[in-house]
Amino acid sequence: MSERALFIDYARCIGCQACVQACEECDTHRGQPMIHLETIRRRDSVQTAPQVCMHCEDPICAQVCPADAIKKGPDGVVHSALTHRCIGCSNCVLACPFGVPKYFAAIDQMMKCDLCYDRTSIGKKPMCATVCPSQALTFMTPEELERTRRGTAVNEWVFGEERVRTKVSVVVPHEVKEVHVNLVQLGKRREKAEPDDVAALLEEG
Amino acid sequence: MAKLPIVTERLIEEFGPHLNTIPPGGFAPVGEPDRVVETHCCFCGQQCGIKLKVKENKVVGFEPWEEFPFNQGKLCPKGVKRYMQDEHPDRLKAPLLRAEGRGFVPTSWDDALDRTARAIKSIQEKHGKAAFAMLGGASLTNEKAYLVGKFARVALGTENIDYNGRLCMVSAAAASKKVLGIDRAANPWSDIPKAEVILVAGANIAECAPITTDYLWRARENGAKIIVLDPRMTPIARTADLYIPVRSGGDIGIFNGMLHVMIERGWIDRKFIAEHTTGWDALEKVLERYTPEHAGKIAGVPPRLIVQAAELWGPARSSFLLHARGIEHHSKGVDNCMAAINLVVATGRIGREGSGYAMITGQGNGQGGREQGQKADQLPGARDIENPEHRKHIASVWGVPEAVLPRKGLSAVEIFEAIHAGKIKGLLSICFNPMVSLPDQDFVREALEKLEFYATIEFFMSETARHADVVLAGSLLEEDEGTTTNVEGRVILHRKVVDPPEGARADWKIICDLASRLGYVNKFKYDSPRDIFEELRRASAGGISDYAGITWDRIEREHGVFWPCPSEDHPGTPRLYEGGRFGHADGKAHFQPVEWRPATEEPDEEYPLVLTTGRVVAHYLSGSQTRRIGGLVKQVPEPFCEMHPRLAEKLGVSEGELVTVESRRGTVTVKAMIVRTIRPDTVFVPYHWPDERAINRCTIKALDPVSKIPEYKICAVRVRRATAEEAAAR
Ligand code: SF4
Ligand code: SF4
Ligand code: SF4
Repeated sequence: MSERALFIDYARCIGCQACVQACEECDTHRGQPMIHLETIRRRDSVQTAPQVCMHCEDPICAQVCPADAIKKGPDGVVHSALTHRCIGCSNCVLACPFGVPKYFAAIDQMMKCDLCYDRTSIGKKPMCATVCPSQALTFMTPEELERTRRGTAVNEWVFGEERVRTKVSVVVPHEVKEVHVNLVQLGKRREKAEPDDVAALLEEG
Repeated sequence: MAKLPIVTERLIEEFGPHLNTIPPGGFAPVGEPDRVVETHCCFCGQQCGIKLKVKENKVVGFEPWEEFPFNQGKLCPKGVKRYMQDEHPDRLKAPLLRAEGRGFVPTSWDDALDRTARAIKSIQEKHGKAAFAMLGGASLTNEKAYLVGKFARVALGTENIDYNGRLCMVSAAAASKKVLGIDRAANPWSDIPKAEVILVAGANIAECAPITTDYLWRARENGAKIIVLDPRMTPIARTADLYIPVRSGGDIGIFNGMLHVMIERGWIDRKFIAEHTTGWDALEKVLERYTPEHAGKIAGVPPRLIVQAAELWGPARSSFLLHARGIEHHSKGVDNCMAAINLVVATGRIGREGSGYAMITGQGNGQGGREQGQKADQLPGARDIENPEHRKHIASVWGVPEAVLPRKGLSAVEIFEAIHAGKIKGLLSICFNPMVSLPDQDFVREALEKLEFYATIEFFMSETARHADVVLAGSLLEEDEGTTTNVEGRVILHRKVVDPPEGARADWKIICDLASRLGYVNKFKYDSPRDIFEELRRASAGGISDYAGITWDRIEREHGVFWPCPSEDHPGTPRLYEGGRFGHADGKAHFQPVEWRPATEEPDEEYPLVLTTGRVVAHYLSGSQTRRIGGLVKQVPEPFCEMHPRLAEKLGVSEGELVTVESRRGTVTVKAMIVRTIRPDTVFVPYHWPDERAINRCTIKALDPVSKIPEYKICAVRVRRATAEEAAAR
């Protein structure tokens, strides 16, 4: 059996923020949540999406760090900045394609999700995945995931020309093999009716 | 008792709500706690297992309790932050007396209890026993709920005892009893993932019962189809196979319409109906009229959706129906639920693995809270207070003549009407905050102001407690011990985690102290909640909700025991109605034909919109607890008015702008939240806030004739941009 890993299943997320509230309870950064919950255009939909550090195989955050403060462990976990090294330059904050690291002015340091290292290193699950009531965030082996979920896990991301492989995977429909993150076209108007528009649903007759 | 002793601002200054954002000892890593106690969340009816970490008699954090089978470590944001209510600056730590012009002043326990007992006696001597009422809470443990019921009927001798579950589950309870014979979810939650199709009616599961979503999603992974009925596209509706944006109050259209189609297509189980039910012919007759077109008009949706729902629900081999307040909070709440249950029984898909029915309990101990006898019409064991046999049994357990037991009294809203009318002069309440939770707030306030005497047992100064003559500082759930009964009917144990702060007392001790001052010391002699539970077991024995075989030791060993459990060698009953044996004396289910009728107040020209109310995930009920927890307030700081962009455009309102919602009873000014996920003829405002932000200023105190539940889910309003004065007054 392979090791347990973190998976994100957007179709399950109910936007409750239990993950955010619980992240704050992890001993490595108690009091400061390191996970974000994105509300995707609340006006149009109730879709939400949790964003944790994806623990990139070749983390750009570490690459751009001039102080060599970000370390990836042998287990693939990309750690929060080493406090004695981080100079608070925010390069990592700007470089991360997933918008994960946060700069904290009060301590002039970057902090980020470290997969609840205090917990996962001793065999527990990360806080967010343990509490997530809908199990949109889940910590299990790939085999378990395959057995219990309809979709497949994908950890290949394509940003324009750039390919990124991550330790954390997302659950997507079977036909999807990699996730293309398209650049937002500014100034372009959406023309199609919104899928979650209740008024449109009522009119369809 | 009259108006508030001092202005609200000063009361808030002194008693909160203030925000607690930092646990005792700060956010520094907890390190090794002194103890980790396995217990349960203090909030909703899911009653999730959780471990609380204790250091120096303070709750300093939590750890998920993954071994507890119901939630397996999962928690919603309220559960995560619940530990922040311990060591809260607003915690009441002494009994308080009202002091005109000064607010509240601390006093001794003897003084507070003596005064309360004196006031009770004097009111009852002058106006009769029934002139003093008691209101309990559905968040009380079974032991406390039992004690409250016994205290009211024996020590107070009043028939006017009811509880705030009246605002929550009574419609579901009444409907279940009428059709199925027992008031409880029919199946354990582990049956949900095994169903082929799931119908979720009026249940915003994602926000009100978040732990249940994983059960639903597991079903979906197994191939189940999910149908959701709701005027709003809730997070579970977003990915449902069929979402029906039913107009509030139109649910019977959907249920009857579906059954009409199912009869036409031969998707009902005629053999099961013949063998295990009564009343089918009358129902079939009524259903004739509910063609998809007619039903669609009632429900305010395209008829096609009703046919599609029938096509998903009808031919399945297994199914699960879940409903909650969305169909229950109506002046036809019982009818709504019965129409829903008819759908289950007509297919015979109940009482087996993967096939069943459940109403979702909203309040922590909504289930047990009503079984133990604090409901106006019930004695312990979910016994009928008007049934001579039932009365005799309870009278013998309590050691009183049957004739002494009062009869059925008034329900919660009726008690307020009687107070307003001057018929009830005194009130004792525990864990009930009508100044947020009851409809038509101005009326409730006027009623409170008319009371000759009001005492309350609370651990925070609730908005209602501000009106009290005496506030008795009680205990948090984790400062005491006792059982609750969760959404599934599983009786579980809340362990004592910490001691109450000095000056506060365990609720059960306060009640027993009062009883002894009223001359009933012998009838209220208990050493501990476990002692009370032992009496409760005897009282419930042979009743419908039979706890006789449930012991605290068993609960610990077995992670909870499902009632009915008549003897210690009985395994408990996770699934009711196996083999098609229902709870009625004839063993059959009793179909109830249901006709749709309009709501008490439908929109008209003057008030053209439907107002519907409900919860948000970060807050619990009247918010008395959650509005004091920083993280939760940050998540949802204030109420809002959800409206469709089309309506917003018509009203000339933009996102975040202040709007005033007006009904015939009151107005409220809140921010607009413009979303396409709501019907354009409907607005939604959550109800957890008091005073100027209480949407219950607008709601109507129309009641269901059977369950006496208020019609929170529909009344007529108009909405407009707030004036400068209204905006400033917020
Ligand atoms: S806890 Fe789970 S369901 Fe809730 S917001 Fe986070 S990821 Fe979504
Ligand atoms: S997701 Fe961002 S912060 Fe995490 S490893 Fe990748 S680049 Fe670094
Ligand atoms: S509020 Fe309800 S769902 Fe949330 S943790 Fe508590 S019991 Fe569980």
